Amino acid sequence: MAASPAYGEEKGGSSSLGEPEYGHDPASGGIFSSDYKRHDDLKEMLDSNKDSLKLEAMKRIVAMIARGKNASDLFPAVVKNVACKNIEVKKLVYVYLVRYAEEQQDLALLSISTFQRGLKDPNQLIRASALRVLSSIRVPIIVPIMMLAIKEAASDMSPYVRKTAAHAIPKLYSLDSDQKDQLIEVIEKLLADKTTLVAGSVVMAFEEVCPERIDLIHKNYRKLCNLLIDVEEWGQVVIINMLTRYARTQFLSPNQNQESLLEENAEKAFYGSEEEDAKDAKAEAASLAKRKPYVMDPDHRLLLRNTKPLLQSRNAAVVMAVAQLYFHLAPKAEVGVIAKALVRLLRSHSEVQYVVLQNVATMSIKRRGMFEPYLKSFYIRSTDPTQIKILKLEVLTNLANETNISTILREFQTYIRSMDKDFVAATIQAIGRCATNIGKVRDTCLNGLVQLLSNRDELVVAESVVVIKKLLQMQPAQHSEIIKHMAKLTDNIQVPMARASILWLIGEYCEHVPKIAPDVLRKMAKSFTNEEDIVKLQVINLAAKLYLTNSKQSKLLTQYVLNLAKYDQNYDIRDRARFIRQLIVPTEKSGALNKYAKKLFLAQKPAPVLESSFKDRDHFQLGSLSHLLNAKAVGYQELPDWPDEAPDPSVRNVEVPEWTKCTIREKRKEKVEKPFYSDSEGESGATESADSEPESGSEESGSSSSSGSSSSGSEEEEEEEEEEEEHSEEQSEDKEEEEEKRLKRKEKEGSRKAAPRSVGSPSEEEEEEEGAKKSKKKKALQGRKGRAETSSEEASTSESSSSGSDSGSEAETKRRKAPPSSKAGPKEISLLDLDDFTPPPPQPIPSSSIVSTSLVTDLEGLTLTDTSLTPTLLSPAFGTVKTYELLHRMAGEGLAVEYCFSRRPFPGDPHMVAVQIQISNNTDAEVKNLRVSEPKPLSGMRIQEFPEIESLAPGDTASVVMGIDFCDSTQAANFQLCTHTRHFYVSIQPPVGELMAPVFMSENEFKKEQGKLTGMSEITEKLTLPEKCRSDHAIVQQVTSAANVGRVPCGASNEYRFAAKTVTSGSLVLITLERREGGAAQLTINSEKMVIGTMLVKDISQALAQ
Amino acid sequence: MIHSLFLINAAGDIFLEKHWKSVVSRSVCDYFFEAQERASEAENVPPVIPTPHHYLLSVYRHKIFFVAVIQSEVPPLFVIEFLHRVVDTFQDYFGVCSEVIIKDNVVVVYEVLEEMLDNGFPLATESNILKELIKPPTILRTVVNTITGSTNVGDQLPTGQLSVVPWRRTGVKYTNNEAYFDVIEEIDAIIDKSGSTITAEIQGVIDACVKLTGMPDLTLSFMNPRLLDDVSFHPCVRFKRWESERILSFIPPDGNFRLLSYHVSAQNLVAIPVYVKHNISFRDSSSLGRFEITVGPKQTMGKTVEGVMVTSQMPKSVLNMTLTPSQGTHVFDPVTKLLSWDVGKINPQKLPSLKGSVSLQAGTSKPDENPTINLQFKIQQLAISGLKVNRLDMYGEKYKPFKGIKYMTKAGKFQVRT
Repeated sequence: MAASPAYGEEKGGSSSLGEPEYGHDPASGGIFSSDYKRHDDLKEMLDSNKDSLKLEAMKRIVAMIARGKNASDLFPAVVKNVACKNIEVKKLVYVYLVRYAEEQQDLALLSISTFQRGLKDPNQLIRASALRVLSSIRVPIIVPIMMLAIKEAASDMSPYVRKTAAHAIPKLYSLDSDQKDQLIEVIEKLLADKTTLVAGSVVMAFEEVCPERIDLIHKNYRKLCNLLIDVEEWGQVVIINMLTRYARTQFLSPNQNQESLLEENAEKAFYGSEEEDAKDAKAEAASLAKRKPYVMDPDHRLLLRNTKPLLQSRNAAVVMAVAQLYFHLAPKAEVGVIAKALVRLLRSHSEVQYVVLQNVATMSIKRRGMFEPYLKSFYIRSTDPTQIKILKLEVLTNLANETNISTILREFQTYIRSMDKDFVAATIQAIGRCATNIGKVRDTCLNGLVQLLSNRDELVVAESVVVIKKLLQMQPAQHSEIIKHMAKLTDNIQVPMARASILWLIGEYCEHVPKIAPDVLRKMAKSFTNEEDIVKLQVINLAAKLYLTNSKQSKLLTQYVLNLAKYDQNYDIRDRARFIRQLIVPTEKSGALNKYAKKLFLAQKPAPVLESSFKDRDHFQLGSLSHLLNAKAVGYQELPDWPDEAPDPSVRNVEVPEWTKCTIREKRKEKVEKPFYSDSEGESGATESADSEPESGSEESGSSSSSGSSSSGSEEEEEEEEEEEEHSEEQSEDKEEEEEKRLKRKEKEGSRKAAPRSVGSPSEEEEEEEGAKKSKKKKALQGRKGRAETSSEEASTSESSSSGSDSGSEAETKRRKAPPSSKAGPKEISLLDLDDFTPPPPQPIPSSSIVSTSLVTDLEGLTLTDTSLTPTLLSPAFGTVKTYELLHRMAGEGLAVEYCFSRRPFPGDPHMVAVQIQISNNTDAEVKNLRVSEPKPLSGMRIQEFPEIESLAPGDTASVVMGIDFCDSTQAANFQLCTHTRHFYVSIQPPVGELMAPVFMSENEFKKEQGKLTGMSEITEKLTLPEKCRSDHAIVQQVTSAANVGRVPCGASNEYRFAAKTVTSGSLVLITLERREGGAAQLTINSEKMVIGTMLVKDISQALAQ
Repeated sequence: MIHSLFLINAAGDIFLEKHWKSVVSRSVCDYFFEAQERASEAENVPPVIPTPHHYLLSVYRHKIFFVAVIQSEVPPLFVIEFLHRVVDTFQDYFGVCSEVIIKDNVVVVYEVLEEMLDNGFPLATESNILKELIKPPTILRTVVNTITGSTNVGDQLPTGQLSVVPWRRTGVKYTNNEAYFDVIEEIDAIIDKSGSTITAEIQGVIDACVKLTGMPDLTLSFMNPRLLDDVSFHPCVRFKRWESERILSFIPPDGNFRLLSYHVSAQNLVAIPVYVKHNISFRDSSSLGRFEITVGPKQTMGKTVEGVMVTSQMPKSVLNMTLTPSQGTHVFDPVTKLLSWDVGKINPQKLPSLKGSVSLQAGTSKPDENPTINLQFKIQQLAISGLKVNRLDMYGEKYKPFKGIKYMTKAGKFQVRT
């Protein structure tokens, strides 16, 4: 065996060399030739000067290794060549080294210096490969050198080297686990790496070295989620599995509330109560709202959203990883998406099918509905391997329910005739399971199985008998006919298990077949000595039971059987016979037990439960080896249960580097000194250019807007600042921090559109209140106060540039008297910008009611809207504007588009929500003819496009406003964004809070309207306010940031009221928040738009919980 | 993760082993051989076999078992998918993957395996990168190598691993720039006795052969992208653009690759292009049975059905079959009891049929079931789902490439129950 394959390999190499002295095979002689001569020719070749000879020798050595032959005695000759110039020789020497270094540790050390030199090489690829080989040499003595090399490589410039360092970590750890602490430091450092190349490898290292240090993940969680899609596929699998475990420890179960409800529903639906479906949607919404609120952590959502596209991966392991993530982490309603992808994998190789079907089998027990639409994909083909057939059968059985059982049974019928008998046996068991699970078809199944009893194949009959036995045990009384039929079978059936089952059945139900039973016993007594052991035991049982019930006919037979058994070869049978004789045959010696013999033998026995072997397998993480084996594999990390209380989500926040802080501060200073009527446009340009970070577009708009708006409000602010300097200082501190967080988030989270509304800065909110009071002398200001957060970019559009000129107080007064003539109508009122940045001092709130009533009268005169409602459309109470990404820089080929809801009424159409779009051109060419085309609104939705942008120079940013009538729904508006070369499909999805505009009303009006909107239209929710969110201003600010609502004055100090109208239909939305003892609070929303109400409750409680 | 890999041939010889960590003795394979014995057929060997200290995960392809040894928890699909990738890589390198080829190229195989895993964790699995690291053997290169003594290890460093498009080599040059796409659809169906369809679905793939210079950026759009219900992409496809515009936009790998596989939604009715009329009966009394099948076209959209091949696994009690085909050739293997009939083209005027008698083992009762008929066929220039490529555009390069699109429909797992 040694010689022949070796020759095969040789013929390509050595013979072509034409040097006969090296031509003979070194390995072939290996076994018989004496050791010292062995491989001499190879050594000679390695020592020669010719690279080609060396290469030839190395090739042959590697071939030997590949074939599993020992080549360790060549070590000294090989290791000399470690510094060889020829790349291929070098590579093969590396291969050899890694394989044998462990055995020849001292000699291996000779090679180390070469690698150490390699680690310093200017070429990153050489550095990486040196580290790779060095770390693969399993020689404990070099552990310190490896540690050093890893540490150095972890801070290498090249991500590829860092990746190699990550790979080296588990190698070192397996060599010397004492290095754990140091390695964890390196892992921590590498986890912070921002490149996709490193991410997969370092998480792998994390999993091998310190999977328990979940705290290391916190800071990197969001980054990992966002990088995920770009990581190479193997890394994706590892990261997804790790994040599944992480999420289980950090978030709350998304199903905790619905669990009971949904389960109920599922059960009901299953049993076909149709009226359930007709359940009133409204009632449902209300009942849902009453339940304790579950608000999904935005980070939890981020994970689900970012993994979903990976279901489309071509790599089955990635698809499976995402599927298990969804199964373990997603809310029930969303798990369904994975079914399609898993079914797709069934087209793959049979090994993949095998693993996937195992997992589908487990899932289908828990979530039957998920796979029901794909029932037919699990139909069995005659060409499937048996193990696949049996797994598919398992899935089909799990999916069976009342509606599909008839088709499934018809399928089963064809399977029963298969040639594959193991599969037929499994099918019969499956039928048995269907029959026990679905009462309706029990009789049909039973009849079918009885028919199988006349099958020619004994295995089939035997399996049917066993299954029938189990089924009959459930309702024996009705089936004496079948029992009789089976009794007749004893003549023919030879399979012991089946015979035993029949005998047991007859014995158990002998009173149903009083005539046949003794006859069967007679026959069995005749053949007793030839039976298998399990059959003999059942014969004894049958005899005993008959003796007890019908001793007249069977007394002698029983004696006979017991006598036979007494001398049986098997001791179990002898024992049993003795035991039973004592028990049933009354003698003087037999004790009190005799009386109870009947009770002992003929007790009611519970019917067996036919269960899937996959039941409860989901306590293992799906897709894992342990799940497949249904046993804990070495190194399996238990999937933790959901925590009852969510751990602090803020651990995942990432701090902002120092420099940001400075710029903010500087900007503020600059701003205060701005002239009152400053040109906001120019100013914005300045701030923007100062900001060097191109990524943080959102921040730019935020900060520049603040500076822009400062111009209008600065007069009052200056006063205030003097008065309450101290306070403002404090505020600004707060604000800074908040701003930082927000900034950081935006920077990090790039594309996170549906992220929670970022926390607005308290000072901004304060200012609102503040402004209200200040306006005693200029009330109109209050009326027109724009959303503070009008960014300066906006000002560049034609519409808002006019507002710039209006911003003076004089202009305001004029305006109040003379309604604006422009088409913008009443909405224009709001164009006055207030500074949201300079923190004004906070003011007590109650006084606002006075202001507002007077304001109402003032504003009434001003109202130009066609709506005749008393409550006036007020311009929004401002908030930090959250920007969403519309088109990522990468996807847009350099064109980045972001949008925000400016909360400014859209000029021209009051039913539209204004969306401010900021387009920045990051390409190096001019982008022309930017426009919206082919809007594809859903029914009723309308889109008012923004005017075409002629051209946008490289590096430039333009801001435009478009209007969308969302029809009061949170459906996304889809349209195309066109440039002169490209089209991008984009969509805007509004948070529910943006679908409304604030209205102003008095307390009485509020109460009156609220009175009209009770019952179904009222949604109440209890919540607990976190510590930091209990102050008046914090609450007001959180609510107004979550939704575009206006504050309504309120007499009670622990109650807050807000009012708004939906933009399209103008339905009122009234919000009441009642603060109670401790942190408890009650949130009530009255609105005839129930959907909006329900969603709003969610959004607001989420905002308040933060 | 993956500790070691053993390649085992049908005879049970371990002909290659590779270890990525400490050496695992090949005696671990004894557990595998045991399992192999228990399973009657190669495909019934369980893919995962636990042993006291290791777990053996195996795939069976090209009559070779690829057995990976792992020591601790790892997603089984991870390993299985990787093993399949190994096989695909070998196929890509050597054209075919067989025991002989692997033995002949053992050094290249070993080097490739070395690059694919580092410490058991996949490192480079893209065949484009691997080919840059280790050049696949070609006849020309073997000749040149023997003369000049040069090697098949790439002398430039593997820059592909550093690039943002790891699947594409840099510096690709062609004199003829071509991009071909094959839209291949397979019909999976089960037809019952009476000829009605129990289940039928269409699975499709788009295989590409792209030979373009430089870094081209391609976009491919469909006339009717809605047909695609469930898709999975080569990593080069930009998922976002597909989501938003239903356009495939990608920088293609060099050479052959599978761009996309898809599933056509089950709601669409699947046209079944052929029918099979069958009359197979075994009589209880005599040891003779009758056998007759006719294959005919149905819903072929005017195209010819070619490459028709009928296979059927006969029950064990069948001794022999005496059949006469109206066209094509047929073979019955009395050992495996497999009947195969190579029909060729279907001429609608003269339908091909296969008639004759079946002789059964004397004394045995007639088999309970009739054999299932498996069908293979091909229809050129037709995508049965109606999928049509709208256009293919190239950006990023100046030259004009030659573009071609071919459609084909094939039978996938097409079974007729009788």
